[in-house]
Amino acid sequence: MTAQEIYDILKAQFGEAVLEAKLENVADPFIKIAAGAIKEVSVFAKNDERFQFDYLSCLSGVDFKGKLGVTYHLYSMTLRHKIVLKVEVPTDAPNVPSVESIWKTANWHEREAFDLLGINFLEHPDQRRILLPDDWEGHPLRKDYQTPEFYNGMKVPY
Amino acid sequence: MIETLEKPKTSTGKTLRTEEMIVNMGPQHPSTHGVLRLEVVLDGEIVTDVIPHLGYLHRCFEKHCEHMTSYQQVIPYVDRMDYVASMTNEMAYVVAAEKLLKIEVCDRVHYIRIIMAELQRIASHLIAIGTFGIDMGAFTPFLYYFRDREKILELFEMTCGARLLYNYMWIGGLSHDIPPQFVEKTKEFIVGFKKTLQEVNDLLNYNEIFIKRTANVGILPKDLAINYACSGPMLRGSGVNWDLRRDDPYTMYDKFEWDVIVGKGEMGTVGDVWDRNMVRQLEMWESLRIIEQAIATLPEGDVSKAIPKRIRPVPGDAYGRVEGPRGELGVYIIAEDSVTPYRIKARAPAFVNLSVITEISKGAMLADLVAIMGSIDIVLGEVDR
Amino acid sequence: MGLLDQKFENSNVVVTTMDNLLNWARLSSLWQMQFGLACCAIEMMAASASNFDMMRFGVIPRATPRQCDVMIVSGTVTLKMASRIKRLYDQMSEPRYVISMGSCSNCGGPYWEHGYHVLKGVDRIIPVDVYVPGCPPRPEALIEGLIKLQEKIRNESMAKKKAV
Repeated sequence: MTAQEIYDILKAQFGEAVLEAKLENVADPFIKIAAGAIKEVSVFAKNDERFQFDYLSCLSGVDFKGKLGVTYHLYSMTLRHKIVLKVEVPTDAPNVPSVESIWKTANWHEREAFDLLGINFLEHPDQRRILLPDDWEGHPLRKDYQTPEFYNGMKVPY
Repeated sequence: MIETLEKPKTSTGKTLRTEEMIVNMGPQHPSTHGVLRLEVVLDGEIVTDVIPHLGYLHRCFEKHCEHMTSYQQVIPYVDRMDYVASMTNEMAYVVAAEKLLKIEVCDRVHYIRIIMAELQRIASHLIAIGTFGIDMGAFTPFLYYFRDREKILELFEMTCGARLLYNYMWIGGLSHDIPPQFVEKTKEFIVGFKKTLQEVNDLLNYNEIFIKRTANVGILPKDLAINYACSGPMLRGSGVNWDLRRDDPYTMYDKFEWDVIVGKGEMGTVGDVWDRNMVRQLEMWESLRIIEQAIATLPEGDVSKAIPKRIRPVPGDAYGRVEGPRGELGVYIIAEDSVTPYRIKARAPAFVNLSVITEISKGAMLADLVAIMGSIDIVLGEVDR
Repeated sequence: MGLLDQKFENSNVVVTTMDNLLNWARLSSLWQMQFGLACCAIEMMAASASNFDMMRFGVIPRATPRQCDVMIVSGTVTLKMASRIKRLYDQMSEPRYVISMGSCSNCGGPYWEHGYHVLKGVDRIIPVDVYVPGCPPRPEALIEGLIKLQEKIRNESMAKKKAV
């Protein structure tokens, strides 16, 4: 199924929640979804007969200076097609519904995005830091992150 | 579910109280293959829960990418991500970057990249199976395999001067062409290596003790594997016939003839530890087949012709993925109007594969947990990045 | 010593100093902590495998710090790992030695500038005897480092306290 067809079906199903799409002249065609609707769209994308996106390749968080974004790379093992979904949320209220209940692999990806970028995944069952220590302050992949001078008495800068 | 066993009684007739025990495995543990910590909840010797704690090797890869002064400077850091398979890491990065920049490279570059990636896959699987053998109490395969791995490293060293971290594949080409004696030496290696493969196959994989330790242990069902987005030998061991080299071809893998190895449950159930290990073992034969075809039909060309002088892509993003030795290795690059990447996220296969450990080790014995760990074949540099 | 014991028919007395005897014993059986951190650990594995065979120097990997004489810090030390390395070092019995293998554990290596979670040199938390440069060092370089450590041990003296 081509990206255009996927977009048309999603647009017909969700209407306003599908914000925009860029399907031509890009390396990977993507569809922007309203952050609040990502869970419903994911459930649909996984369970619909025409889509069967059963494999979440990658989930990445991005800091767009003022906005935080999450990108979902979906793939279907049975139908062998793929699509990229994107959501954006403001930095001061970075709440994105978790898709952990749909694809279990999202669990660690979301924990990582929470750890490094401070994106809050609503209804995530176990949202803890995954890479950095529990007592770490700040989210390092934010563009305005300042490296701390000391951590637990150890000097951090060279 | 197994019925709860009757609790043992004391002389006074009261039942004995049993408690769950929490055991920490790692970060310094010989069979965690690096610095992973597993918090294991045990009921006697039965594992009731496993909570992995990562991040002991978090080296800020993604932060470094954002601070480089050019796209090329990222390559040495990509190398150090999965240090057992640097060539495939580079390949993932250059595939993603070339997709973003729309660079076409000549056939010779593709062929050499494929040869290197397949040699690297063999080298990585040799470590995986060798150390897995140690975990299972077999030291000999480790020595056999490291002997032959050194021969692959010699080939790499001959080509680019480094043994482990190469910085060999560049965006748009390669840092060097292969030296004249490379093809001859590779042919020699293949002849000798086939003997070792057969020998260790007989020695390890069909050893009764090894089968007893690995068959029917840590079974990963097909749908669970897909839901957890496992990839590589982990997924194929569960019987899913899926390989990026064939199903989403990059470079020129579609030119070659080879088979995708799938776990069949020969010794027990499909998706057990033995199957995963066997997939790796048999994949090396397929890699040899690809290398043989590639060196026989190596085209001519200039490997550095398409290397751009200065990289400044149009804003956008690209996700490139390759089939690394551990599975789908994806690199997601976001570019803005600048000479440095805005954001790079690496989708590390070991990170994703490891997340399934809690599911597959519940109910196993503590000793089996070591087998499960070894069969996932994690590289902590990649898990933590 | 191994050469000498075949030369005499009857039992004999060998005169040496206590220092010499102890140092010789220590340097010939440097048990190593089986503990890999990052890329360098692969080269450390290669050094103890078939082609380089580090065991011929008496370096035998042990899985517990209590039995070890030398800790080879092979790879990047992160801030999360640093306290564990300190604890492992404290668990080793004296005399204990540390080889810092590779640029990362020497000084932070390629991660020295932007590595917010990387300790810039393991010598900030534990004393280091021998530094092996390289990223990663070849197995030969590690063995060279080991021989340097043996030289250091050979010249130690019980009378003179080791500065820690």
